[in-house]
Amino acid sequence: MGSNKIYFYPIWLRIWHGFNAIGIIVLIITGISMQASIESSLIAFNTAVNLHNVAGIIVSLSYLVFFFGNLFTKNGRYYLIKISGFLKRPVKQAYYYAWGMFHGMSAPYPLSEKRKFNPLQKYFYVIVMYMAVPLVIVSGIALFFPELIIEKVFAFSGISITAVVHSAMGFFISIFLVIHLYVASIGKSPAENFKSIISGWHHV
Amino acid sequence: MKLHSSDNSKTLKMNHRFIGVLLILWIGVWSLKAQSYENASQHQCLKCHSKNSYTYMNTVKGKEEHRLMNPYFVLDTVAMASGVHKQFDCTDCHSSEYASYPHNGNLKLEPMNSCLDCHGGDESFASYHFERVEEEFKKSVHYKAYGDNFSCSKCHSQHTYMATARNSSSVKDIVDYSNKMCLSCHSDMKKYQLVSGHENPQLVKVHDWLPNQELHFQHVRCIECHTEVTDSLMVSHNILAKEQALKNCVECHSADSKLKASLYKYQNLQKRSEDGGLLSVLSNESYIIGTHQSPLLQLASIIIFLAVVAGIVIHSMFRIFKK
Repeated sequence: MGSNKIYFYPIWLRIWHGFNAIGIIVLIITGISMQASIESSLIAFNTAVNLHNVAGIIVSLSYLVFFFGNLFTKNGRYYLIKISGFLKRPVKQAYYYAWGMFHGMSAPYPLSEKRKFNPLQKYFYVIVMYMAVPLVIVSGIALFFPELIIEKVFAFSGISITAVVHSAMGFFISIFLVIHLYVASIGKSPAENFKSIISGWHHV
Repeated sequence: MKLHSSDNSKTLKMNHRFIGVLLILWIGVWSLKAQSYENASQHQCLKCHSKNSYTYMNTVKGKEEHRLMNPYFVLDTVAMASGVHKQFDCTDCHSSEYASYPHNGNLKLEPMNSCLDCHGGDESFASYHFERVEEEFKKSVHYKAYGDNFSCSKCHSQHTYMATARNSSSVKDIVDYSNKMCLSCHSDMKKYQLVSGHENPQLVKVHDWLPNQELHFQHVRCIECHTEVTDSLMVSHNILAKEQALKNCVECHSADSKLKASLYKYQNLQKRSEDGGLLSVLSNESYIIGTHQSPLLQLASIIIFLAVVAGIVIHSMFRIFKK
């Protein structure tokens, strides 16, 4: 059982994940750089804008790979949330991370060919990939072509609202990335999960 | 009864006076009307200077002649009627000898009034700081290129000028009016060449580096980047050389935006944001990038980030020491 390997991550998924990872990291760094408007930062403002635009287009295109990949392959079923135990299941997983794992409790939802993500992980992935990322892409496209944006939404400036949505979602994705990277280090060994997403094989 | 009759004679006298005053007023209005810019065909100067061609009697040839008007001498009477100098007549500034035609050629050698001749040292125009404006202007590229020949009227047409920036509540109108002053020469080869001696640069090409060029040109004035901002003047008038122009996005796109000291300095625009309630202040801040537009969101994002980092540090400690 200890050396059992499952082919978790098909090649298209790993390519998408790679492009997405690099793109998102570039977007976060250039995004913070632009937002903070740090003049003496490592990246000049113009460079930051150009890099952000290019990375944004790459992430948007790779999102299509993710979206249609999940729609047309069986990988999509890992993202389906069960109604029964809607709250109980993720809470149980959270309890494991916060308490159980330090007190000899074994993982409540061990990964298998049927279950690639634990419930808490699944919830986060669904929120990020089917809410935050689409919102950030749509608002990003709007800011890329600002003449498309409605000028006034009640008393607000349309551009202002779009910009706030874009950066708020960007911030949410950044926080997700930090947690994602940290939780990924909770494996058989801290480097285990990082190896899996590159090779495709997961040790169970 | 007696009292009544004396009252009647008083009323009669009053009536006579009233009619007299009315008559004077009517003559006054009639003569003003004859000079009004609104009725150009009746105006002694504008009957020719508002049209592309004019007719005059050539007394030497003894016949009437029809000629083209120099296009630079054709005046926009509609704009004149709403300009700041609308209450003045042509001969208030130009020599009264212009009343006859053909105009005496020597008249063009006479010095014209400059703005400061009327506006300088006048208490009622103190808030416009005309003297300080002149001081700043003398540092500008315009003065360096053309000296005293670069009069105020090169940008501020004395015939049609309106104080749009001080009175309008629409940023777009203010920007449009201001930028047209620059473009009147900077997109006109003949006028530009007169002052500089060389051809005008292609503005769209020169500003190629600027993202969303069209939107920028609609929402900020040329002078935002091309003048030195001073605290004591609304517009410094020290137009900088192109090498010194602002080319740094963050100068405007930051919480400490330069625009607050230039375009949004006008009280009419600040008032606009107050009128629309607290929330519409946001609409004046939309040039700030991202959540930094809202100090509350900014604070929240820092707190959330620190909480996540703290959580991770504590969790890793447990992982290291508890196992």
